[in-house]
Amino acid sequence: MKKNKIDKTPAKLDFTQSLTGLILAIFIMGHLIFEASILISNELMYKVTIMFEGYYFFGETYPGIVSFLAGFIFVIFIIHAAIALRKFPDNYRQHKVMKEHIIRMKHEDTSLWIVQLTTGFIMFFIGSVHLYMMMAEPSDIGPYASSYRVVSEHMWPLYFLLLFSVVTHAFIGLYRLALKWGFMEGKSTKTSRKRFKFLMKFLIVVYLLLGIFTLAKYIYIGNTHDFSDGVKYKSETIIMENH
Amino acid sequence: MSDKKPRLLKINILRFDPHDPDDFPHMETFEIQEAYGMTLYIVLNAIREHHDNSLMFDFVCRAGICGSCSMLVNGRPTLACRTLTSKLDENITLAPLPLFKLIKDLSIYSGEWMRYLNEHLETWIHDKESELNVDKIEERMDPDLADEIYELDRCIECGCCVAGCGTIQMRPKFTGAVGLNKIARYHLDPRDKRSDEEYYELIGNEDGVFGCMTLLGCEDVCPKDLPLQSKIAYLRRMMIKTGLK
Repeated sequence: MKKNKIDKTPAKLDFTQSLTGLILAIFIMGHLIFEASILISNELMYKVTIMFEGYYFFGETYPGIVSFLAGFIFVIFIIHAAIALRKFPDNYRQHKVMKEHIIRMKHEDTSLWIVQLTTGFIMFFIGSVHLYMMMAEPSDIGPYASSYRVVSEHMWPLYFLLLFSVVTHAFIGLYRLALKWGFMEGKSTKTSRKRFKFLMKFLIVVYLLLGIFTLAKYIYIGNTHDFSDGVKYKSETIIMENH
Repeated sequence: MSDKKPRLLKINILRFDPHDPDDFPHMETFEIQEAYGMTLYIVLNAIREHHDNSLMFDFVCRAGICGSCSMLVNGRPTLACRTLTSKLDENITLAPLPLFKLIKDLSIYSGEWMRYLNEHLETWIHDKESELNVDKIEERMDPDLADEIYELDRCIECGCCVAGCGTIQMRPKFTGAVGLNKIARYHLDPRDKRSDEEYYELIGNEDGVFGCMTLLGCEDVCPKDLPLQSKIAYLRRMMIKTGLK
C-alpha cells in the first residue's frame, strides 16, 4: 500500500473558509443589533458605543479598542475573501456554463450561489471601505457622529448596498455551512434542511428590516439635527471630561 | 380515470448526431396523445414507432433500476421511465445529459465516464489479499451498519447527480456525488482496510470533497433518493479530521 505524505492544505483551506465565514456571520448578527440601539434612543446607542470603547471596564473611553476590533475583523474578512476566491469562476467559459446550468435547472440552492458570488464580490470593495473607515476613525461613532457620516458625508448609499449584501451573504452562508458539515442533521435531512432554509429566509427578512429601519433613523437624525456645535453627542447621565 | 379528453403532448427533443458532419444541434417537436399512466419511456417508444424511427435514446429495465434512460426533462436530470407525463405540462422538453459523451439525440455514453470514476477511486473492497483466509468465518456486521451500506449501494450510476451538479459544470474534474457516495460507502465498510490517509489521497482535495459547494443539485435530482448531502457532509468531517491531524 502507498505511503505518500498527504497534502493537508486543501483540508485546512476548506476548514478556514467555513470558520472565518462563521465568525463573520456571528459578528454581523451582533453588529446589526448593537447598531439598531439607535431605534430605542440616542442615549442607548451612546452607551453601546462607549461600551465598545471600554468605558464600563476602564472608566474612560479608548476608541483604539474599536480600531483594534475593526482591524481584527478586517483580517478575518481578507482571509475569508482570499480563500472563497477559489470558488469563483476562473474564466468566462466557466461563468457561462454555470449561468446556463442555473437557468436550466431552476433549482433554488443552485441559484443562491449567484447571490453569494455577487454579494461577495460587492463586499470586496464596499466592505473594505467600511472596515477601513472604522479602523481609521473609530471615535466618529455615536448617535450624531454616525448620522453625520451617513448623511453629510454621503455614506448612506454605500451602507444600503452593504446591508443588503452582508445580510443575504451571511445567512445563505450559514445555511450552507449547516448542510456542508451536517450540523444538527437529525434523522431526516429533508426535514432539517427545510427548517434551516426557513430560518435562513426568516433571518434575512428580519435583519434586512432591522437594518433598513436603523439606517432610516440615522438618515433622519442626520437631516434634522443641528450639527453647528460639533458632531459629538452629549450624554445627560454620563459626563466625560475629554469626550 | 377521468372522462376528459386526453391531452395532446408536445414533445420537444434536442437532436444531434455528432458522427454526421452535416448535422447540427436542433429541436424537433413531436405530438403524442397522452394515455393513462403514461411515462416518458412510453412516449419515446411511441415517437420512434409512429413518427421517426431514427430517434435514439437508451433504456433497458423501464423500472428505474438500470439507470440508462437518464435525460434532461424540462432542464432537470431525471429518469425517463420513472417520469409520468401527468405530472408535467403539455410542453415537454427533452435533452441529453450534459458532460457525458453524446452518442446521438438522447443517448449518451455514461459507461465510459463511470468506469473511469470507479477505476480512479478504486471502488471495491481493499483487503490484504495475500493474508486472506477463505476458511475463516466472516465477521459479523451490525445490522444498522449493513443497512446504511446497502442504502448507499443502491446507486445505479445514472449520472443525474453529475448533470445536476453546478460545481462539476464549471470544473469537470470534480468527482461529483456519485463518486463521493461510493467513497462514503467503502469508508463505512469495516471490511475495507484502506487507511484514512489513503482515503484522503483519493478525495481530500479540490477535485474531491473540498470542491463541493453544497449547491445540493445532486441531492434533489437523485432518482434513488440517496442521502447525498448527509454523506458528503460525513466525508467532509472525516477528511478534515485526517487533514487537521
